[in-house]
Amino acid sequence: MDFQAVVFYFLATVVVLASLRVITAKNPVHAALFLVLAFFSAGGIWMLLHAEFLAIALVMVYVGAVMVLFLFVVMMLDINLERIRQGFWSYLPIGALIGILMLAEMVVVLGSRYFGLEHVPQPAEFPAGYSNTKELGRLLYTDYVYPFELASIVLLVAMIAAVALTLRKRKSVKALDPAKQIAVKRDDRVRIVSMDAEKK
Amino acid sequence: MNFVIPDFYPAAAELFVVAMSFVVLMTGTFLQNSRSLSYYLTQFTLLGAAVVTVYTMDGQVTLTFTNMYVDDLMGDFLKLMVYLSVAVVLLYSRSYIGDRRIESTEYYMLVIYATLGMMVMIAANHFLTLYLGLELLSLSLYALVATQRDSARATEAAMKYFVLGALASGLLLYGMSMLYGATGSLELSRIAQAIYHQGGDKTVLMFGLVFVVAGLAFKLGVVPFHMWIPDVYQGAPTSVTLLIASAPKLAAFGMAMRLLVNGLFELADQWQSMLMFLAVLSIALGNIAAIAQPNLKRMLGYSGISHMGFMLLGLVSGVVEGDRHFALNAYSSAMFYVFSYVLMTLAAFGVLLVLSRAGFDAETLEDLKGLNKRSSWFAGMMAIVMFSMAGIPFFIGFYAKFSVLLAVVASGYKWLAVFAVMMSLIGAFYYLRVVKVMFFDEPQDSSPIATPATMRVALSLNALAIAALGLLPGWVMWICDQSMLQSF
Repeated sequence: MDFQAVVFYFLATVVVLASLRVITAKNPVHAALFLVLAFFSAGGIWMLLHAEFLAIALVMVYVGAVMVLFLFVVMMLDINLERIRQGFWSYLPIGALIGILMLAEMVVVLGSRYFGLEHVPQPAEFPAGYSNTKELGRLLYTDYVYPFELASIVLLVAMIAAVALTLRKRKSVKALDPAKQIAVKRDDRVRIVSMDAEKK
Repeated sequence: MNFVIPDFYPAAAELFVVAMSFVVLMTGTFLQNSRSLSYYLTQFTLLGAAVVTVYTMDGQVTLTFTNMYVDDLMGDFLKLMVYLSVAVVLLYSRSYIGDRRIESTEYYMLVIYATLGMMVMIAANHFLTLYLGLELLSLSLYALVATQRDSARATEAAMKYFVLGALASGLLLYGMSMLYGATGSLELSRIAQAIYHQGGDKTVLMFGLVFVVAGLAFKLGVVPFHMWIPDVYQGAPTSVTLLIASAPKLAAFGMAMRLLVNGLFELADQWQSMLMFLAVLSIALGNIAAIAQPNLKRMLGYSGISHMGFMLLGLVSGVVEGDRHFALNAYSSAMFYVFSYVLMTLAAFGVLLVLSRAGFDAETLEDLKGLNKRSSWFAGMMAIVMFSMAGIPFFIGFYAKFSVLLAVVASGYKWLAVFAVMMSLIGAFYYLRVVKVMFFDEPQDSSPIATPATMRVALSLNALAIAALGLLPGWVMWICDQSMLQSF
């Protein structure tokens, strides 16, 4: 067993154990932290496969941004664990049945008969200076430019929808508008009235 | 690196819509009180897209963007119909959304992006673009359903639609990943080649196919993936229900044609039997469940389920025991069915929108009572629509049913045709009940019908088109035939 295999088995074991702890941990904060660990180790496995861009993106986006946000939400919400666990045992039989059924189907189809190593060609060895990131960038902006632009529009829709669904203009709020305050001119506030001097 | 700049010409309509969407966004952001400007710009976008589509139309199948985009006659006609139906939807819903204070630039933006999503789906030749188009459409629709923020029912409908839609997208993606694993490509035409050359064991392909068909069935809204339809139709504002019920059906039909015919035609025997199962269930459940609905939006939802089942019958009868003789005829009858269904749905919900006013949504049978006494013209229009939906000769709905049934009989499924006719007879009951209520019951609501003249004219044209095209279906049928002939 060479060094790579040792690293792979180590990382794989950590991923599996951490994932198990995600669903068994009683404290949601612990579960989120275990998920971070699972992501991090999965990033390591990708690194072993020469997919350094995916590895870094996984760590930066999921661990750095998504999970931190998730932790915030988990910490802020007052989750009643008892209520979530209610009905666990009554739902268990049907849930387990469906789970086992799906597992069996997937094993039958996805077993080594159709997707085994012998069906997948050995990936080509790349020279030392080969940059995975550069290659991804090239594909993204050439062959895949159409779906890439579409994805950007999907994100734009998400922004517009978020604005449309949450922005409320309330008339009753007495908020100040700094722009209007700065733009105010003397004439808006002061009215100079010329009057004849009064006779005494 | 041998990359050539892709040919933008075939995709000119999509590019135009994207460019115009930014114009609408910017004017809406920087001009105050620009709602009617946004409305007119949106209508202009649709009109311009139609002009561009007609201008760039040639009878050829053109691939561009590294074969991810396909431009053919079927796609062009489906797109033209999408523009038309979205434009009519906006025309009908203008006063409705104005009364309910949900008219905003964002509303029009989301409609434009939904349209773009449909165009992308119709023109997709690649799993990626198909999926992205679908998401663009669905995300816009989820947000539109929720636009009426103070309505608990609309929020509930949006939530249901979102959760079930996400599940269906997951199913579709899972199926696509299986097909990718089995064929090694995401491009539909290459998948077709790979399956053709592969032969032998089809287990993985079948596994993927089941999930793809399930995802497709959800988007079409056929049994057993129809759960969302009645609740979403009823809960959403009627203007949005009108949008969901009309144009996306065209896009879903386009998606079905791309996936099943362009990509998986070699598996036609397998997917036909799946679709037949779905069609039989939908026609039965849609027609029977609609009888029990006092709410018209819900009733039209169930009727839509049965209509989509009927449309699937056209797709079912394409290939008979390896003989592809009937395929073009069958698919063009299905396309005709979608066209006529969209026309009828537009008019049916259009009448509901005419009867609605500020603070009042016409949506139950009660609200239609004695419509003849209030406005015999609109009662007549609604009667045309209902007769057409029931499949009574000589309206377009009759001809659509007739041509699908011809295809079914030609492919040898006589029992299926008999079953579909029996179920349509059951369905005729609830359509005719609407007519009965309008003409023979006393009105309970005597408030005058106040709608803008443009909408009255458009609705009348729409309903009269249903009658006129029923008498002269020839050229619509010709369009469908041609688009199938030139595209496959």
